[in-house]
Amino acid sequence: MAEIPVPVPVPDADNQGFWDGCRRGELRLQRCLGCGAWRHHPRPICPRCQSFACEWALASGRGVVHTFTIVHRPTLPAFEDRLPYNVIVVRLEEGPFMVSNLVGGSAEDLRIGAAVEVVFEPLDDAISLPKFRPRRAR
Amino acid sequence: MSPAPLSIRDRAAIVGIGRTPYSKRSGVTEQHQAAAAILAALDDAGLSIAEVDGIARFDIENVNELQLVYGMGIPHLRFFAGVPSGGGAVAGTLVLAAMAIATGQASVVVCYRARNRGRQSSHGAKPLQGGRPWAKHAAALTDFYQYHVPFGLITPAQEMALIYRRHMHEFGTTTEHFGAVAVAQRAHAARNPEAVMREPITLADHQASRWIAEPLRLLDCCLETDGACAVVMTSAERARDCRQPPAYLLAGAQAEGPIHIQMADYLAHWQEKTAGAAVAEQLYGMAGVTARDVDAAMFFDHFSPAVILSLEDYGFCARGEGGPFVAAGEHAWPHGSIPVNTHGGSLSEAYIHGYNHILEGVRQIRGTSHCQVPDCELVLVTSSNTDPTGAVLLRR
Repeated sequence: MAEIPVPVPVPDADNQGFWDGCRRGELRLQRCLGCGAWRHHPRPICPRCQSFACEWALASGRGVVHTFTIVHRPTLPAFEDRLPYNVIVVRLEEGPFMVSNLVGGSAEDLRIGAAVEVVFEPLDDAISLPKFRPRRAR
Repeated sequence: MSPAPLSIRDRAAIVGIGRTPYSKRSGVTEQHQAAAAILAALDDAGLSIAEVDGIARFDIENVNELQLVYGMGIPHLRFFAGVPSGGGAVAGTLVLAAMAIATGQASVVVCYRARNRGRQSSHGAKPLQGGRPWAKHAAALTDFYQYHVPFGLITPAQEMALIYRRHMHEFGTTTEHFGAVAVAQRAHAARNPEAVMREPITLADHQASRWIAEPLRLLDCCLETDGACAVVMTSAERARDCRQPPAYLLAGAQAEGPIHIQMADYLAHWQEKTAGAAVAEQLYGMAGVTARDVDAAMFFDHFSPAVILSLEDYGFCARGEGGPFVAAGEHAWPHGSIPVNTHGGSLSEAYIHGYNHILEGVRQIRGTSHCQVPDCELVLVTSSNTDPTGAVLLRR
């Protein structure tokens, strides 16, 4: 059976910088040039100070698991061969939250408060997804 | 002399309720379902279709004004409007109708929800043409779904599981607490001949049911039902001459922000006001009542822990105490302090996007519920307690 593709994000003027960063292996988030606040998901205006001016700033890529689920069923056909799989919400060091998956960890790593760091997985030539792996003490 | 302040308080009443049979596969279209429910509601009220001059519905409702005007012979509408969101729109439709009636924009307003959502009932390719909208995501994601769907966050159960997991972490809520909601509502449904699921369940049954999206099990999830519900509203004055005892709309409120499930901070803002708590404040303020005055509550229950969070937001217990509250049976008819979803709710009666909860609220006011709360004078009916949301208070 042919592999069923994961639905692919189509960048637009508001989020091109985010997806461009992911493709280069960089977690770039909007940072407001008016008040300095970081934000994700991408959007045209700062919800804190209403400035339209922002830069695509390089984030640390570090965060902690804020909450998670383990998906058993149902799901889209593209994800069925992964069941059961995890979905996490990461609280990034810069403040914003991001939906992702924990990769490369064990069951014990999937817990609220676990330290994680970003890795990138290509979906196609244009889009890479920011995933997170356990962050070990060095 | 300046005019009295405008308010919807006590200006309108629900005078008719109607529904189709609830089923897993109706075999008829959503338009058919909507028309049948509306005719039943008009018959209940003793009003004719020629008297309908207003419609308030969900924005995402698949059956629109044109289909009702041309399809079932409503001669002339002068008010028609919709409320954004999905289950967050339930109470908003009644608020819209009451506003139209209070301001004279309409005199008889029909509100309805028609859904064919049984697994076999999809009848079109578009997201809202029956079946499960999430199963119809395009191969290319152009909206905010692009931040969730590529990671496998697809269904409402998965989104809400993230919120409930956080509630467990912060407050010690357990899946046994979720089960207490599901078990009580099934017991309510067992007395309700209209309910789809009437076989009693135990906490052990709940704990043994399979995972859907941890921490949600199958028995935490609402049904997927074919059916429609409708209500007829008119002015408080005219309501007194209708066939049934009126259920007056004492108060109604809506709120949006700061947390939408799909763009969520997943309850990072516990200490701030959730949309549900904001609705409660507006609602009780308009009505001049508190949670202690409410005799029964019909909470939107797409998943059983939604009831726990709603009990907290609407002031029946403190933040974080919803789990122990339901473990003590405070939500269960007939002995609980606030009987919740006495028809069985979305978990056991039917999932008509919360609209069947309005019908049960009216039955409680009329004294005709299968789990009747004695001397029931005040009923709370809420929209999905996500964001946006809303609620109404119905009074005898």
